Amino acid sequence: MGLLSKKDTRLILDPLADDNPITIQVLGICSALAITAQLKPSIVMAVSVIFVLGLGNVVISLMRNIIPSKIRIIVQLIVVATLVIIVDQVLKAFAYELSKELSVFIGLIITNCIIMGRFEAFALGNGPWKAFLDGVGNALGYGVILIIVGFFRELLGSGTLFGFKVLGDSVEKTGLYAIGYENNGFMVLPPMALIVVGIIIWVQRSRNSALIEEN
Amino acid sequence: MGLKQNLHTLKMKYKGTKMAPAFNAIHTFLYLPNETTHNGTHIKAADDLKRTMNMVIMSLVPCLLFGIFNAGYQYNVQTGDVTKALSFFSTEFWNFSNFTIGAWKVLPLVVVSYGVGLIVEFIFAVIKGHEVEEGYLVTGMLVPLIVPVDIPLWMLSIAVIFGVVIGKEVFGGTGMNILNPALTIRAFLFFAYPTWMSGDKVWVTGAVDTVGQPDAISGETILGSLAQNNGFGDWSMMDQFLGFIPGSVGETSKLLIVVGALILILSKIGSWRIILSTLVGALSMGLIFNGVVNAGWVTESSKFFGLMNVDFWQHLFIGSILFGAVYMATDPVTASQTNKGKWIYGFLIGFISIMIRVFNPAYPEGVFLAILLMNVFAPTIDHYVLEGNIKKRAKRLKLKTA
Repeated sequence: MGLLSKKDTRLILDPLADDNPITIQVLGICSALAITAQLKPSIVMAVSVIFVLGLGNVVISLMRNIIPSKIRIIVQLIVVATLVIIVDQVLKAFAYELSKELSVFIGLIITNCIIMGRFEAFALGNGPWKAFLDGVGNALGYGVILIIVGFFRELLGSGTLFGFKVLGDSVEKTGLYAIGYENNGFMVLPPMALIVVGIIIWVQRSRNSALIEEN
Repeated sequence: MGLKQNLHTLKMKYKGTKMAPAFNAIHTFLYLPNETTHNGTHIKAADDLKRTMNMVIMSLVPCLLFGIFNAGYQYNVQTGDVTKALSFFSTEFWNFSNFTIGAWKVLPLVVVSYGVGLIVEFIFAVIKGHEVEEGYLVTGMLVPLIVPVDIPLWMLSIAVIFGVVIGKEVFGGTGMNILNPALTIRAFLFFAYPTWMSGDKVWVTGAVDTVGQPDAISGETILGSLAQNNGFGDWSMMDQFLGFIPGSVGETSKLLIVVGALILILSKIGSWRIILSTLVGALSMGLIFNGVVNAGWVTESSKFFGLMNVDFWQHLFIGSILFGAVYMATDPVTASQTNKGKWIYGFLIGFISIMIRVFNPAYPEGVFLAILLMNVFAPTIDHYVLEGNIKKRAKRLKLKTA
């Protein structure tokens, strides 16, 4: 890959696994619990965060030498807020149903700790290209977990994927439902999302014991 | 060579390998180990984990037997095959027909609960390389007693796997769990498959299949009927005390639960402080609700009236508060450890149980939710009891030295 040096590749790939913002840094949990009951909103949320974090990191990185450090949080907030409003307006214009479904959570991207975390930890100290890669990488890592959780929650909780009834019709009793299978209502509730995230963390750390914190 | 010797040989052969815990568990469960101390022992104690667990199971057996007969009895009463039992020893209840119907429904629950749970325990013991612990023996017995008879077996299996893995093994196995595993299993079933765990169709076997037919079976419990302001139904006070009422498999007979409670208290396995304070807590909440009704703040038009108007002492006879207090709240792992803490812990369980029972619109029982909630708070209670004690002593020391 001519475009990406080895270091750059790591900026993108590390957050996907061993430095995942949700499972390792334990940031951005609230939105992971709130919107993952279905797969579609999970993906929309992931894409929105990739947009906001990728672009936001570049903007902050470009301004990094002119932001007075005393008011940097306010500046960061303005940047995120602007980007989030753009996402919100685009969704309202082109995917109204989805934006209603995600409701307040698009607006709450502003409070997603991953975003402010990356601004503070990376964008303020690195050039725009690297900041862009870092932003996209972390947002991807966030998105991957969202999609895994959303997949299991929608499949087991509603028996559908993207709204398609992959396990059969639960009302007319076809497919799996014909032999007595039933949807797991617990999966639709947010506590189960926390447990699913917990299981992902468990699997990840038992595969790579270097990730286990000492206490 | 008998089975014992065979097992011992296997144990020696597989010593140090991954599968060793599995053989050891079967061996220690069935027999006294081959290696015992040859010289005099220094500490003599009869209550090892195995014996403690067995005592609890023994105290549960009456409830299980009664539950088997009751499952058949409820069905036969509804279909009109037997008339209502009048006294505890009446043959309308203790007959073969009741037993076969009940056993056919209840024994599979027991088998699935133990089978699935022990498989999970064995797998974890082999992976983690420690011995299989006895913790599941009691949980496996409790689970079939706290579910409706008609719960599908695959749901129970999933719930047992969830309960044992998420409720216990992730925290480090027996003795390390925060939540009571049996109640975790029930909570999972309740939130995952609410139509099988609540309502008026699940408490008598066959009620789901006969919905809408002329000979439909009603599976309404007393609590369900009270929550709809319909009074106690046709069940007398005596029925409730003896347990001839619909409900979860093993929690209906208050008489046998009291017997079990006596076994636990006399063998010093269950804490009488927790049992007593839970009942006191339940009674106080009942008294408060009675007071609210007497003051006229809640009238018959309110949907809470039916349950609020129940005499406070009757709350102990309906629902599963007694079973929860005796077998669930007293779990030594998840309860408070300090004596003062036990009083607070138990009182709040009773108090919150009755509160949820009255106010929960979807499902008029809250004992398991209250116990799980207090399980979470038990360490906090202990912490403050300890802090308080340390402060008191520090003060005393200051007074003495001053």
